[in-house]
Amino acid sequence: MSLSDKAKLQFMKDLGFPALASLQKAMRGKRAPRKANPDFGPPLKCTARLKEIMTRHYYLARFAPGAKPVAWVTSGAPVELLRALDFYTIYPENHGALCGAQKMGPELCQVAEDEGYSADLCSYARVDLGHMLSGKTPAGKLPKPDLLFCSNNICQTVAYWYKVMAHRLGVPLVMFDTPFNYTEISQDDIDYMVGQVKDMIPVLEKAAGKAFDMERFIQVAELSRAASELWGQCLETMKARPAPMTIFDAFVHLAPVVSLRGLPVAREYYEILLAELLDRARSGIGAITNEKKRLMWDNIAIWYKVRDFSELFASRGMNFVAATYTNAWAETIQHLDMSQPLESLAKTYSLVILNNNLEHRLNLMAKMVSEYAVDGLVVHSARSCKPYSLGQYDLKRLLSERLGIPAVVIEADITDYRYFSEEQALTRLEAFFEALEAA
Amino acid sequence: MSYYAGIDVGSLSSDAVIVDAAGGIKGWAVTETGAHSTNAASAALDKALERAGLRPDQVAYTVATGYGRAAVPQAGKKVTEITCHALGAYTLFPEVGTVVDIGGQDSKVIRLGENGKVVDFVMNDKCAAGTGRFLEVMAAKLGVTLDDLGRLSLGAEGEVAISSVCTVFAESEVVSLVAKNQPIPQIIKGLHRAVVNRVAAMTGTTGVREQVIMSGGVAKNAGVVKLMAERLGVEISVPDEPQIVGALGAALLAAREDAV
Repeated sequence: MSLSDKAKLQFMKDLGFPALASLQKAMRGKRAPRKANPDFGPPLKCTARLKEIMTRHYYLARFAPGAKPVAWVTSGAPVELLRALDFYTIYPENHGALCGAQKMGPELCQVAEDEGYSADLCSYARVDLGHMLSGKTPAGKLPKPDLLFCSNNICQTVAYWYKVMAHRLGVPLVMFDTPFNYTEISQDDIDYMVGQVKDMIPVLEKAAGKAFDMERFIQVAELSRAASELWGQCLETMKARPAPMTIFDAFVHLAPVVSLRGLPVAREYYEILLAELLDRARSGIGAITNEKKRLMWDNIAIWYKVRDFSELFASRGMNFVAATYTNAWAETIQHLDMSQPLESLAKTYSLVILNNNLEHRLNLMAKMVSEYAVDGLVVHSARSCKPYSLGQYDLKRLLSERLGIPAVVIEADITDYRYFSEEQALTRLEAFFEALEAA
Repeated sequence: MSYYAGIDVGSLSSDAVIVDAAGGIKGWAVTETGAHSTNAASAALDKALERAGLRPDQVAYTVATGYGRAAVPQAGKKVTEITCHALGAYTLFPEVGTVVDIGGQDSKVIRLGENGKVVDFVMNDKCAAGTGRFLEVMAAKLGVTLDDLGRLSLGAEGEVAISSVCTVFAESEVVSLVAKNQPIPQIIKGLHRAVVNRVAAMTGTTGVREQVIMSGGVAKNAGVVKLMAERLGVEISVPDEPQIVGALGAALLAAREDAV
């Protein structure tokens, strides 16, 4: 790490970005405001702050190399280990969602496919490979990593995707292997995971150029826990009728807990978001103006359709008040216990929804249906995400049978809209609306 | 006396049904959709009116359904084919528990509750296998008409297995089977089996409750209906005009809509 690079990053952080942000704000002020859609309540005030945080994160990333060690990390990896060593982290999945929302998925996927990667691979992986091969990104420029860090608690694809990147970029890969939880987690599983953490620390230290400090780690883990708990409380405000935000909002406000958790900014952000949501709930301000039915979403967002879907559902008086996806970053945080830092870290990260059995998922969904007073279930069968999409038809059938709620499956993809058929999806959704309205 | 129209604009055919206030069918028509769905909807409606001996201004309300439902200017309301097929089938067969509809470009299984309400439904995914289009493509390749497929397959001695589930690859598979002098009726039976397996798999997620009704253009193919009944292990009833079930449901909804 060089002193001049460190000074440059600090300068951009303190002066460069704030100047840029105020310039952008001034430019925005000149544009005519978008016409308000009467189906929606007043927009969340926090959104401006969220945009600033995420823009700043991606903007400063380009000044990180040389000033800080840089790591590319999977969404479910125990990033607290890296934060304790002051890594600047980039989340290819978050970047993939960004590319998806900007409708760049097919273009970047095609780059990866032209290089020989299968079109059946996860589109986050293809977008990431496509970005690596072409340099194309809506985020300006992503810094080259010094280290890759992945955990297979979300899928096995990441293990191979990150191996390909490690090979092509010539940087070390650290993988955290989490045994799948078939019934319950055993002490052997925990010992195995703790052993891995102990083994990886020297590798992380080498890439970071500094020593791992347990006290610093515990501070970071506390910050992480605070952000996740606050995020969970934000989601819980949606139990209110009308719900103060929609899951489509939550898909966006999820970004800090995914990619900035363990940093003070994530905790601070969720403090202000929670305060705003509680205030809205108390004042009866709904995300949509006419909340007739309350829905639950399963699986990752369809990033290029978030806006269209949010308008479609709002126009029918339907609000998504819960999702297994957004819940995933709050679901297991209660396991984190600083009296047993590494053991509890292993538990927190290995018991996430995608590394847990279907019975668990069924019970979780049933619980959410009752706690959030859900009237219907929309299941996104995502072509990219095999672990998330496996078992969905059974889950849907069992939930319909047990709870008597209508459910619909729509087939799509998270970013690659070549796998989305608008007319077919809309017909399914319309039929679902008709069934809900008749119920 | 007021009359009500239902128009079902599908990918291959556009169908119209006229009912009176009591729900009795006064006229119906099945026409080809072609390239212009608005024209097709009008043509189907005109033909159904003509058969009913009615003028357009005697229709009090119209409901449109099917993939082309957005392009029906006459319609006061657009309703999906799921709701329309369920209501049409329930009206024709009050005991119906499951509707298996195989249309031109999509196939669907609808499970109904006691009172004709939709309990669950599944539609085919982004693939033409298991639809009328699959059989249409194959009939053309074999040089037989769509109407002959059923009769020919029922007379088949044996069956040739079709391994490809993709319409495009199954087409080349058929070409190679013909080149190997496999008897046409046996190939057709194999093709029917492929469609039936594909659609029957969808009943796995909805479950099957008797009575089972088949609708859509493919229900006119006795060979497919027979194989489907064997595959599901149930008896299958087919309406006299299986292609107008959706339009009938739409017409009945139009009558209800007007009553409101």
